[in-house]
Order: sequence, then structure tokens, then C-alpha cells
Amino acid sequence: MEAVNLLSSNKYTEKQIGYLFISVLVNSNSELIRLINNAIKNDLSSRNPTFMCLALHCIANVGSREMAEAFAGEIPRILVAGDTMDSVKQSAALCLLRLYKTCPDLVLMGEWTSRVVHLLNDQHMGVVTAAISLITCLSQKNPDEFKTCVSLAVSRLSRIVSSASTDLQDYTYYFVPAPWLSCKLLRLLQCYPPPEDGAVKGRLVECLETILNKAQEPPKSKKVQHSNAKNAILFEAIALIIHYDSEPNLLVRACNQLGQFLQHRETNLRYLALESMCTLASSEFSHEAVKTHIETVINALKTERDVSVRQRAADLLYAMCDRSNAKQIVAEMLSYLETADYSIREEMVLKVAILAEKYAVDYSWYVDTILNLIRIAGDYVSEEVWYRVIQIVINRDDVQGYAAKTVFEALQAPACHENMVKVGGYILGEFGNLIAGDPRSSPLVQFNLLHSKFHLCSVPTRALLLSAYIKFINLFPETKSTIQEVLRCDSQIRNSDVELQQRAVEYLKLSSIASTDVLATVLEEMPPFPERESSILAKLKKKKGPGAVSVNELEDAKREGGELNGGGERGGDTSAMAASNASTPSPSADLLGLRPGPAAVSVAPPSAGSLLVDVFSEGPAAPSTAVNDDGFLSSAPPPPAAVSEDPAPPLPEAEELLNKFVCKNNGVLFENQLLQIGIKSEYRQNLGRMYLFYGNKTSVQFVSFTTTVTCSVELQSQLNVQVKTVEPLVEGGAQVQQVVNIECLTDFIDAPLLNIKFRYGGALQNLTLKLPVTINKFFQPTEMLSQEFFQRWKQLSQPQQEAQKIFKAVHGIDAEVVKAKLLGLGTALLENVDPNPENYVCAGVIQTKAQQVGCLLRLEPNAQAQVSLNSVNVHVHTDTYTCTSAHTIHNSGLKIVRFLDSLVR
Amino acid sequence: MIKAILIFNNHGKPRLSKFYEHYTEDTEQQIIRETFHLVSKRDENVCNFLEGGILIGGSDNKLIYRHYATLYFVFCVDSSESELGILDLIQVFVETLDKCFENVCELDLIFHVDKVHYILGEMVMGGMVLETNMNEIITQVDAQNKLEKSETFIFQSPRQDR
Repeated sequence: MEAVNLLSSNKYTEKQIGYLFISVLVNSNSELIRLINNAIKNDLSSRNPTFMCLALHCIANVGSREMAEAFAGEIPRILVAGDTMDSVKQSAALCLLRLYKTCPDLVLMGEWTSRVVHLLNDQHMGVVTAAISLITCLSQKNPDEFKTCVSLAVSRLSRIVSSASTDLQDYTYYFVPAPWLSCKLLRLLQCYPPPEDGAVKGRLVECLETILNKAQEPPKSKKVQHSNAKNAILFEAIALIIHYDSEPNLLVRACNQLGQFLQHRETNLRYLALESMCTLASSEFSHEAVKTHIETVINALKTERDVSVRQRAADLLYAMCDRSNAKQIVAEMLSYLETADYSIREEMVLKVAILAEKYAVDYSWYVDTILNLIRIAGDYVSEEVWYRVIQIVINRDDVQGYAAKTVFEALQAPACHENMVKVGGYILGEFGNLIAGDPRSSPLVQFNLLHSKFHLCSVPTRALLLSAYIKFINLFPETKSTIQEVLRCDSQIRNSDVELQQRAVEYLKLSSIASTDVLATVLEEMPPFPERESSILAKLKKKKGPGAVSVNELEDAKREGGELNGGGERGGDTSAMAASNASTPSPSADLLGLRPGPAAVSVAPPSAGSLLVDVFSEGPAAPSTAVNDDGFLSSAPPPPAAVSEDPAPPLPEAEELLNKFVCKNNGVLFENQLLQIGIKSEYRQNLGRMYLFYGNKTSVQFVSFTTTVTCSVELQSQLNVQVKTVEPLVEGGAQVQQVVNIECLTDFIDAPLLNIKFRYGGALQNLTLKLPVTINKFFQPTEMLSQEFFQRWKQLSQPQQEAQKIFKAVHGIDAEVVKAKLLGLGTALLENVDPNPENYVCAGVIQTKAQQVGCLLRLEPNAQAQVSLNSVNVHVHTDTYTCTSAHTIHNSGLKIVRFLDSLVR
Repeated sequence: MIKAILIFNNHGKPRLSKFYEHYTEDTEQQIIRETFHLVSKRDENVCNFLEGGILIGGSDNKLIYRHYATLYFVFCVDSSESELGILDLIQVFVETLDKCFENVCELDLIFHVDKVHYILGEMVMGGMVLETNMNEIITQVDAQNKLEKSETFIFQSPRQDR
């Protein structure tokens, strides 16, 4: 309030303090504003130039809407009135500009337009300086109304440029005539296309040439201010030349001039030269000329001490890049990236990614570049970049094999970035088959490689990897059991993260239930992505202001990028672009597009049994401590510490361990403090393949690691076992894999022995296990109806064809468990066959090379016999389709009965 | 357009701040801090331009600064201004201050902050440059001083008026 009172004072000092107070402290306090406005109105009409100036200053500095409403009509009149003092005119011009910026709707130029434009001719340079800001702003908004300013500006400019350095007296700044005004005039001209009037144009070109010439003259002063002012004009002139983009002669001169500046010792000039060159590079006339400076620019990128300058250099490299020099530039940018400042890395990454895509001649180069990019600056590689590389790989057949190979190699690096794992997971999941032919990158090697990174990754990456695994199952059926094992382990299927758990459960089910055909359909290769604008570009655009690379430049890049990929959307405006971005499926959520939805889940119930086999098999069987038939327990020699070079006798628990695997194909066979042996196996007809995984649980390497599989003399004629040798060295924490191929010649009883010897810290470790190969692995389930079953059953009634065993059910009889076990055995569980619903009836054919042995099985639980001792009565009837001795048939049958015995216990 | 003019010393103490766009007081303080942080860590012989901080327009804006003895003069401008031109403007501003205060130093800015504002007002108005001619600016400032003095004399000792 005091301040407002001061405003109405007649004393200059008081008024001044009042205004100062208001312009510093008052924003738009509506109550005061009215009073202030009143005071200002009085001052404006006071005809005292000092007071008027103070009032105008106040308006300009506060610039609120209320003020605009009150004075928008008044100020233009002051501005163009003939009798207004120059200093007041100046203030009025800028005041009007301020009001125009706040509320363009209130400032109606109309009748004042031509008079405002003619202020350019004003005698007083100060007035011109102020007016030109106003005119520039106004002509940007309505260029047509202010067209006349072009010729006036040109004539004004030519008068300044051609004047001797002393002509303009006060406005000469360090021997440069009116630099500020010249800059502003050149800026104003940049709002318009080249003048159409030949005379005006000639005059302007003359001016520009003079400016360029002056740059070559020796400086009139050693002072930095002199060259600054001179160069300020020069840079504006070059900007105008670039804006016109129609005078090849001038453009080349401008380019040469900038080239000189690139090596100037003034950092400011290098900075500005790089910046101007960026825009120059986009002109067709000068693009080639700019390219000649590539070495200098690269040098600047490498040696410049100032990050601002380096960033400009990077921008310029980006702008000058074309097909001919893309490889060089991208390579330079990549190598710079390793040492680049953190603040600009992400932008650099985006730029490299865009250039690589835009100018990729062969896409293998593109893939190489992006993978390098991820390797060097993985942290700064945004999602968009790796989405894009995947889109491109999927859309281009010719590069898929190469991409798979390269990414496979890249993943072998001991430490690779998570983004690399993502790309690797996706690409191998899709195109791993293209390199599977090479034994060095066989399916399992690929899988193990990916899986070795699994535990290091974040949840979204893990989810992606799980999807890749299920794709592997489709691509390579031989990895199925391995992968199922992974999916099944607690850390997946009981993962605390809902997404991971869901994926694990669903994929596991999908893989165990769906037939190969269904799997192949569900997990089909991704269809090509619809062409769309590179998401990277949008990202860069979002990140960058118009500072370094003009929007046009980006639009160009976008257009070219689109053509390269066969023409895509040309979303011109940002909203369209944002929309196209939004429609990009979010890969982290469902990259492979195969999240098994309701379809997959609904398949599950009918054959849930097969799943239960896996789920339950570990339960009842494992904890049993029963005595073995063979009596191994009683005659067991001391455990494997025995320091003998001969294969140790089988571990006492070997038989039990073996029995664990009767009904399942995968799991951990053996584990102690040093070693874990995992098994994954699959059987088809009379052939089987078993993968043994030896995991070193210590941090010390195992040396002289050898494994041998031996068969007894008898077994050798029954079973053909081939083993691939393993590397003698197992690093601490590492896992080696061994493949065992098994062919069943005829039926057999014994299991092959697996002997493992290695030295751990000098001590020889020697242990022998039984390889879990049992006759029932070669079962082929057979479906038959009740009538058929009992008909066959009766036919097989001779003593050699029948085996029966009665044993106690140790764990009680749980229908589901028993069913699961029987299915795990490999036979078909026949429903509604036996008149007694309590009984279980199974049928299957044992496939051996020599013969096929039909086998019928009936399990009769007898829960009533004794309350505490449930008993099970099993009959096994075997028949043969080919001629064979009764003994073998009998043995096979017995063997199975024996297994059942151990199972149901 | 000039968005803001900041003067602070080597320790980041603001000596003058003038914003030509409206910010809340807190934001203004933060802008000053941020700008100081950006500017002060730069070496002596690097260029005088850098991209603005996040608060004041981000990469659309440039900070153009000069370092004189103990003071940083920072102009935050948008892309419509010529960088070297602004650099010259800073020089003009400083030279003007120098002439008005006769060997300007940091203390002058502290004790005559009103005068600095008046001088700045003669150069820049509402974010646009009003006058670049040093003599013109000084004439205006002198005129003000004269007015001021005459009024002060009237006010304090009417006898001297005779």
C-alpha cells in the first residue's frame, strides 16, 4: 500500500522506489493492481518522459493480463505518436511486445502495423533496436501483414554493414558497427523466404558477401570483444544463408568459414561453428562440403575438453552422416561412447542406433553395431533400442541366422549386460534353430548359455527368458525335459513374483500337455512386425530440444528410415507418433506374444494325471529307506572315499536312487557336498537319450574328472550304451553335461553302472551309481477296451507269462498317487476296464530291438484286509507279439512287478 | 528472449536475480542453485555456452555466462537470441556498471542493488533488449541520478538550492 502511495508521488525518487518495489515484488495481487493501474495511467498521460518510462517499465516487468486489458489500447498510440520522445518509444515498443506475448488477443495491431514497421527507418538506433524485437515477434505470428519489413530491414542492414566503423558513433562497439542491431535484422530476415524483388535480393546478397569478406580481414582490435561482435554478425549471416538455402556460392563460402572456425583457438567459436554446421549439413548444396570436415569433427569429439563442444561435435557427426560415411561415423561414435560423459550417453546411444538403422546397407552390420552398443553402454540402451533391433531381425529373413550367431557369441562373454541377455533370449528363442546345426551351439548349449545368465537378471528379463525357454521346447524337442526341469524347480514354480510363477506354471503345463502340433502352433515364429516409425526416433525427439538438430532434420531421418523399411507410417505430428508408439506391444509384458491364456489352461484338466506324475513322483518314493532286494545294503562296502583307482562298487543307496527314477525321467540322481548329478532323459521306442549334468558345488575345480558307464557282461548283450566323454576339468561352480545314448536290444534287469572319478584338492573321489535305465522306460502305452483286455489276460495264463507279487503299501493307498505312479511307469492306465473300481488296470508294450513285449498289469489294492497293513496284489501278464522265450517274458514281468513294489511302498 | 539474468559470486551467493518469466520464489531459488551448480564446475577456458538446467526450460534454453573476478554473470536465453550477441551484451552491462560505479566490485552490487536494477532496466525490458548503446544507457542513468540528487537536495537541505 505504501508502495502504491509512492507511485502517486510527484518526486522522481519516490516514484522510482515505488515502481521498483512493484516490479520486483508484486505479481498479480488483484486488489493492488487496480490502484497500481490507476497510478500508471496517470503517469502515462503525464507527458513527463521519465515518468512515462517508469510506468512502461513497470507494465513490461509485471506484464499481467489486467495490465494488458487496461493499456493495450494506449501503448500503440504512444509508440507511433509523432511527438513521443525516443526513449519513451523504445520502452513503449518493448512494453507492447510484452503485452502481446501475454495476451495476443488483446493487442490488435491493425491500423498501427505500417507505422510500426516504419520504425525500422527511425533515426534513432535505440528505437530501431527496441522496435525490431517487436516486429520480429509480430511477423512470426502474422508474416503476411509485416511483409513490408523485409525490404526495410535489408536497406537498414546494408546501411549498417557498409558504414565505416566510425559512422555510427555510439553504436559502434569495439570497431564493429551496431552488432546487436545487425544480428537482430538478420534474425528478422530469417522469418521470411528470400526476397522476391531482385533489387532487394541483390542488395541483401551483397550485404552477406560483405559480412563474409569482413571475416577474412585482419581484426581491427586485438580485444576479444571485437572479434566476438564481428562473429556474432557472421554467424547470424550464415544462419540466414542456410535458411535461404538457395545460394550455393554463399553456402560453400559459409561452410568454408565454419571450417576455419572448427580449428579456431576460441572454444566459443568452435562450439558455434559445430552448431551452425549441423544445420548446414542438411542443405543439399553444402552437404558434401560439410563432409570434408569429418576428420576435424571426429578429432573434436576425441580431444575437445569441453563437454558442450563434444556434444555439438557428436550432433554434427549425426547430421553429416550419410550412406558413404555411416560406417566410419558409427564406429567413431561407438568408440567415443566408451569414454563419453554420462550426461550425453543415452542420447549418443539413440543416435548410433538410428544411424545404424538408417544407413544399414547390410543388416549384419546393423546387428553388429547394436550388439556392440549394448556391450559398450548397456546401461544407456533404452528399451526402444533393443525392441527395434528385434523388430528388424524378425522382419528380415536374411539377417536372422547371422543375428542368432552373433548374439550367441556375444552372450559367451563372462559378463554381459542384461539388455544383451534380453536380445539374446528373444533372438535365440526365435531363431536358435538356425545355428543349432553347429555342435558348438547345439540347442542345449544355447539353452545352458541363456540359463547361466538367468539368475543374474531382473524379473522382466527372467520372464522373457522363460518365454524363450518354452520356445526352445518347440524348436528343439530334445531340450524339453531339461527345460521342464528348470521350469519345475522351486525357484520358478514357487517364485514370489507372480508373473514369473505364472509363466513357469503355464509353460510347464503347456509343454507337458500340448501335443507337438499344438505346441508348434502356439509357439510359432513371431510374424513380422508391421512397419512403423522407429520408436527410437521418437524417443530422441522427445529428448532433444531444437538445440542441436533441427526438427526438420529429424523428420527427414524419419522419412528415410521409413523408406528403408519399405515405407511405414508417416505420422507427421507428434500425437500421431505418440499413438503409434503406444500401439507398440510392450515387450516386457508379453514379448513373445504367447502368454498361454485360457486356451492353454483349458487343455489341462483332461490329462492332469500325466502332470501329477511329475509333481508327485518325488514325494512318496524319495524318503523311503526300504531294504533293497539285491541285499546291497547288507554287503555294502565302505562308501566312496576309498582311494582306489578302480571303480568303486556302487553306493549302498544306488539301488534306491535308481528306484526314484523308475517313474520319472528327470531329477537329481545324486548329491553330496562336492557334486550334484542331475539327469534329464527321454525315450522313444527302444531308444533313449540321457543327459547327465555334473555340477561342481565347490569353488575349487575338479581335475581328472572322468566318468565311465559300464554294463555287466550279461547286460552288454541286452543294452547298448554309448557315452560321450566329458572335459577332464570342472571349474568351481560350473556344470558339465554328458550325453548318454541308450538302445534297448532286448529286455534286461540290471542297470548300467556309472562310475565317476575326479580329484578334489588332491584327494581322489571315486563313486559308482546305477544309471537309472529300467525296462519300463521302453514302455509304449496301449489303449484297449475291457473286453479285449480280459480276453488277452486270460490268454496269458501260463505260469511263465504271469508274475504276481503281494506287498505292503507303506504309505497307504492314495488313488491319485498310485495313478500317477502307474502312468509314470509308462503304461496306459485303463479306466472302466476292471469291474472292481478299486483296481487299476494298465496295458503297454515294451519296445526292444529284438521284440515287442505286450504287458498287462492289474493292481489290486486291498485296504480291508488289514487296517494297518494295506496290501496290494499285482498281477502282471505279459505276452509277446514276436516269438521269444518264456524266460525273458517272465523276467520282464517280474522286473516290473519288482519296480511296482518299490514304487507303491 | 532473455528468460532470466542472474549474478552470483564464486560461492553461489546471489547478488542479483531478475526473472522475466514468472516463477514461484522457491523455483527461483532452485534455479539459481542449479545454475550455479552447472556453471561453477566448468573450467576457465571452455566455451561460454551451455544448455540450461531442467528447471529453466531444459535444452531449449541456453545459459550464456561470463566470469569476472568474483562474479558470474549468467543470462538464460531461448534460441531466438544470438549467443555471441548476448555475450557482448553481458560485456556492455559490465562495462556500464563499471562506468557508473567507477571500478565496479561485488560490494557495489550489494550496497546499490537498486541502481543495478535501474541500469539493467535501461538495457533489458521484459526480457527484450531495449538499448545496447553504452553511452545512451549511461546518459539515462545519469539523468536519473541528477533527478534523484536534485530531489534529495530539496528534501534534505533546501538552503543549498539557492
